[in-house]
Parts: sequence; C-alpha cells; structure tokens
Amino acid sequence: MKIRSTQAILECLLEQGVDTVFGYPGGTILNLYDELYRYRDRIRHILTSHEQGASHAADGYARATGKVGVCFATSGPGATNLTTGIATAHLDSSPVVFITCNVTENLLGKDAFQEVDITGIAMPITKATFLVRDPEEIVPVMRQAFVIAASGRPGPVLIDFLKNVTAPSQMVEYAPVPAILQGDRLPEIRALRRRLSAPQPDEDDISRLLELIQQSERPFLLCGGGVVRGRASAEFLAFAEKLDAPVAITVMGGGGIAGDHPLSTGMIGMHGSHASNTACAECDLLIAVGCRFSDRIATDAATFAQQAKIAQIDIDQSEIDKNILTDLHIVGDAKAVLFALNARMEQMNHTAWKEKIFALRPAEEAAPSGGNLTPAQIMDTINRLAPDTTIFSTDVGQHQMWAIQSIHFHYPGQLLTSGGFGTMGFGLGAAIGAQAGFPERRVLHLTGDGCFRMNCNELATVEHYHFPVVTVVFNNGCLGMVRQWQNLIYGKRFSETTLDRGPDFVKLAEAYGLRGYRATTAGEFEAAFRAALDGNGGAVVDAVLNMDEMVRPMVAGGSPVTDFLLD
Amino acid sequence: MKKQFDASRKRYTLCILVQDMPGVLSQVARLFSRKGYNIESIVSGATDRPHITRISIEVMADEMMIEQIAAQCRKLLPVLAVKVLDSEGSIHREIALIKVRTEDRDGREEIIQIANIFRAKIIDICRDSLTIAVFGTPVKNDALIDTLADFSVLEIAKSGTLAMERGADTIYQALQDMD
Repeated sequence: MKIRSTQAILECLLEQGVDTVFGYPGGTILNLYDELYRYRDRIRHILTSHEQGASHAADGYARATGKVGVCFATSGPGATNLTTGIATAHLDSSPVVFITCNVTENLLGKDAFQEVDITGIAMPITKATFLVRDPEEIVPVMRQAFVIAASGRPGPVLIDFLKNVTAPSQMVEYAPVPAILQGDRLPEIRALRRRLSAPQPDEDDISRLLELIQQSERPFLLCGGGVVRGRASAEFLAFAEKLDAPVAITVMGGGGIAGDHPLSTGMIGMHGSHASNTACAECDLLIAVGCRFSDRIATDAATFAQQAKIAQIDIDQSEIDKNILTDLHIVGDAKAVLFALNARMEQMNHTAWKEKIFALRPAEEAAPSGGNLTPAQIMDTINRLAPDTTIFSTDVGQHQMWAIQSIHFHYPGQLLTSGGFGTMGFGLGAAIGAQAGFPERRVLHLTGDGCFRMNCNELATVEHYHFPVVTVVFNNGCLGMVRQWQNLIYGKRFSETTLDRGPDFVKLAEAYGLRGYRATTAGEFEAAFRAALDGNGGAVVDAVLNMDEMVRPMVAGGSPVTDFLLD
Repeated sequence: MKKQFDASRKRYTLCILVQDMPGVLSQVARLFSRKGYNIESIVSGATDRPHITRISIEVMADEMMIEQIAAQCRKLLPVLAVKVLDSEGSIHREIALIKVRTEDRDGREEIIQIANIFRAKIIDICRDSLTIAVFGTPVKNDALIDTLADFSVLEIAKSGTLAMERGADTIYQALQDMD
C-alpha cells in the first residue's frame, strides 16, 4: 500500500506503541507536523518551551516508563538545542529516538538557512544516526531505530529526514507489521535485534562467580544503572538476599534495590556513605551489576576495592576492564545473569561481616527542628509526605546528592537523574516526561536555584498541560556544589558562584500561572509542601537555605574512597 | 585473575570490516581522536565481499587502549568485524610514490640503480625529475626514502599500511552474526 512518507513515519511510531511525543516545530519539519495534525487523536504531542526541554522530557519519559521516548525538532538550532539532551540520554543509557528534519536535497551542504550537519554532530553521543535521503528508507530506518535504541545497552538514536523526503507528494510503500511478518523485511529487524542484544550468560562464567562467592568471607554488592534499565530489581533482590552481603547503589542504581532494605548501605563513591565506602575498601569480593566504575564511584582506580576480587556483570562488553580491571566478568543482561546465578546459588551467611559494616550506618533520626531551614529538614518532610510511588526527578549538584542519600527509592524508574553527563536543567523536562507517562502518579522535581534558572521556561509546559508537577527549589543563593569545592579546596575564593539575583521564584511560578510558596523554616516548608501537593496543577516551593550547607560525607576526586575530606 | 595488559606503546594495526555506508569512516576514526590518539595511517577499500569495506588503521598505542578502542569499534552499527594485529603475527605492505629532482644524467642513473636495488619501479620520467613507485613493508620503503635523502626529493605520497594475518586465518572468522 502506498501512503505519504510522513504518514509512514507516524505509522511506524504507532507500530511501536508510541502514543506520546515531545517536540518543537519549525521550517523543515513542517510537513511532519502537518501530518501529526491528522494523527492528533492517536499521537499526543507535548509542545515544550525549548527543544532542550523536549529532549529531557522524552528521556524522562523513557526512564520512567521503560519504553522508548520520542522527540521531534526542526533543523539547525532546533537540532543543536537537542544535543545536551541527546548526550544526557547517551551517558545514562536511556532509549530515545530523536527525529529531526533537514533542508532539501538541493540545498544540502550549501549552508542553507537553518542547515546543520546534525548527524555528524550527534555521532559521538548516539548509538546510531541516520540521514534519510530516500523516501523508501523511511520505514526500514524507523523500525531499525527503535530496535537499536532499545536493544542491548539502551541509548539514543537520531534520524534526520531531508525536507523533500517528507514532501506531501512523496508516496512510499508501507506494509503494516503483521503483513510484513511474512515478507522479507522483518527477519532483517529480527537479526538486528539479535545482534544488538546481550548474549546469554555463559554457564562457565556463572560457575566461576559462584566459586568466588563460595570462597568469599566479605562479599559486597554494587547496584548500578543496569539493574534499573534492565528492570532487574526482583532478580537483584533475590541475589542480594542469597549473597547476604551489604549492598550499595550508584547514582544510576537508585531504585534498583529498596533504599530501606536491611542490606542496603546507601550510595557509594564521592558522596557515598561510610558504610558503603568502607565495605568497598575492606571487602574480599566486589560484585558490580550494571555499573561502569565511573570516576565518581572509583574515585581512585588504583586503590579501588584493593583487597577484593572484582566481578563485573555488564551488558556492554566495552565496559569490561575499561575503568577498573576485573578478575571475572559476565557479559549479559542483568536480569538474565542474575536469574541464572539465583538458580544455582545457595543461601550464604555473612553475619559478622555485615554487622561490622552496618555498624557504620548512621542512626535514622529526625533532623533537628527549629532554626533556619536545612536540607535534612526538607528531605525529612518529603520522605514523610510524598506518596510511596512518587517519581523523583532531580537536577545536578548538592540537592541531587541529598536526595539520593536520603530518599528510599523502591522501584526502577522512580529516580530520574542525570548521573553520567551531570546536566543542570535536566529535572523539569524529565519530570514533564514522567508525568506524561504516569498521569496518576505524583512527580516531584527537586532542583537547586542554579539548575532551575537554566530551564525554568518549561513551567509554561507544566501549566499548559495541567501537569501537577511540584518543584522544590533548594535555594541557597549559590551554585552550592561548586561553592562547596571552593570552600574546601579553593581557599574560599567564591569565584562566580554567588547567585545573588532574581528571579523571585514564587512570582515566577505565578507568572506562569502556577502556585508559588516560600519557606524559610521547617514549619513553613511543611505547610508549603502540603499545600503544593494538595492543590490543583503544578507548584513551586522556594526553600530558602543557608549558603554554606555541604553534602556530607565527601571524598575528593582522585583520593581513595575511604579518605573522607568531610565526614 | 585480573588481565595483564602490555603497557608499552607499540605499533598496532586495527583491521575493521564495515558495511559500505556514508559516515562510517568518520565514525571509526573519531574513536581514535576521542582518546587523543594520532592515526599513523588509514586505508579504506573494497574486499572480496559485496558492500563490505575493509578499513586498516595503524596507530601507536598500548594494549589496553587498543583493546578498548577495538571494543568500542565493535559496538558501531556498521562494523562487522574487528581484528587487532601486532607486527609479529601479520604481514604489512604499503606503496610509496617518490618524486626526485634529477640534475643531470649521472644523477638520474644513480637514482635508477638505487630504485632497482629496492625492486622499485620508475613510473614517470622527464628531463628534470623522475617518480619512483615502491611496494613493500613500511620499513623497506622508509629505507629507500632514507637512501634518497642525498638527492633532492620533491614529493612523497604513501598509501598507508595494509595488514593481514599470517596463515590461513581470516578476519571473516571474527564476523558477527549477520544473517
């Protein structure tokens, strides 16, 4: 059957079960938006304020739902505005298909209006890029893109259609999926998926790891982003309980194991807990699942888990022996590997070792009340009042670390945070994406005043679509994490980190048609937060903090994980 | 046991089979530039299989780095097979074209004699210059170029190094499942 090329693009989205896309129109992508108008009852388009916001929203949607996110933008600046979002998705292995349109064939390479080589720009920050010059390539490329984004280690894919390819007169052959099943095209897609998917775990490797576990007296388990992306939390929990060992999370691993599980020791690394970092230094076997030992985890690669045999389970062969040399590795999907391990694993018992490590966990006590508002009081209030299923999105910096240290995440996709790329301004877009995916769930956006200023324009999106996203601004009037480094390492020379300027976040919220609240004490914060949750639509709570609040503990980059600069 | 990597910088050739499509050469090349590595030579050309191109990249690297680049290379969609060849287990050949100024007949004769010793060919000649084509290992070609340093060399072009494993093994054995 022959249909318009733009119809084929949207039919391919429907094939994949896509019902929501995020984006921003423009000159070259007009044809696609014109077609979208005809499909508006089947595909909901969320129009953001800026392409970057759309990119983070599609990413947040993907992280929260586990489905592939979709984002549209026009050529030139529309496309380059996506790049921070593409890189954010790439570093955190989030499956998003970005669709841009470029100038027409006869203008390509002539520095035409709003022309940019976006496939070239996006090459290092995607799993694949496609420049589609032939309408007949549309259908196979669209199908491949979704397979590539979702298979193996997930990640972003960018498709750039030339404008002439999307012209209303362009008709292309399209066969819906069921018909194609008998054709010769789908086998190609199947083969692609097989090639990109993780191999089945090697039984000999499983045996070797079980042997190491048998020999170990002080095992330590690390829950990385692979557990979250692979939705392997049930298998991970069963494994952790059989291993009977302390379990730490990485930033990306939040939600991989319940934060209040008895085995949980919290975050590891630069702002890791004493329990996690000490367990890392003293264990005799470190098992890392879906973790690439970034420099924020292995702050000093040479001394990292020095006494331990290191076993790495990862879906991506190229992560093996990249940052940390391993004694054993199993390449495979976290869920499949853990399932295979659990099937053959005996119940272990490491009471003495656990007690030693757990003794380092701070007692869970309420933050001291009174005085000026503190981060601990904010976190306490959020932990008490936010529903259990709340999805949290964060920006980057102190508030991000406080959130991951204090909030007990319970399921994969509950924490949306830019761990790898550290993108300030990620949170609000991500919250919008999550809310679009889960209209019934509470979505909280935690941010700092520096981060919030970057992309607060998306409050317009929150308001327009009646997303009840509640933003909590940890407003300390400075770039808190950078100031913390300046405080500790740069002789208190606060170079360009003081944000003694507008806007008034309460008035800003109101200007966007949202509710705004300000809090300077714990009591005020609780009242404001309750009101924000209870009312209709989105809200902003401006939580005013002291400038010199610090994230504790802290290990300086390049130091062993137990060399705490701050306790 | 943790894997032991040879930390010394050596000359490696990465042989890569790719699907013949736009952008693939830059996709592969950027993996080197990203690590701050200078590519010594790069050759791209057809193979005995349709739509499959072989890229050979020569680089000075340590073992861990070359293994990492190879692993990242295997992740690229158009990449079908990757082999890391070191100088011991493989054969290497390149072509060099060398244009030399010839002042007089004697000088010309001497250059032709040197070319003959290296089994090089004179492929262009005129009154005041001649061009030599030499095919051989990079070491042999460099030896010829060194010898010609006594003369006035006007221009040199090298093809870059092609490499292949010794023996009956082929790169096709590393082909990923593509059916």
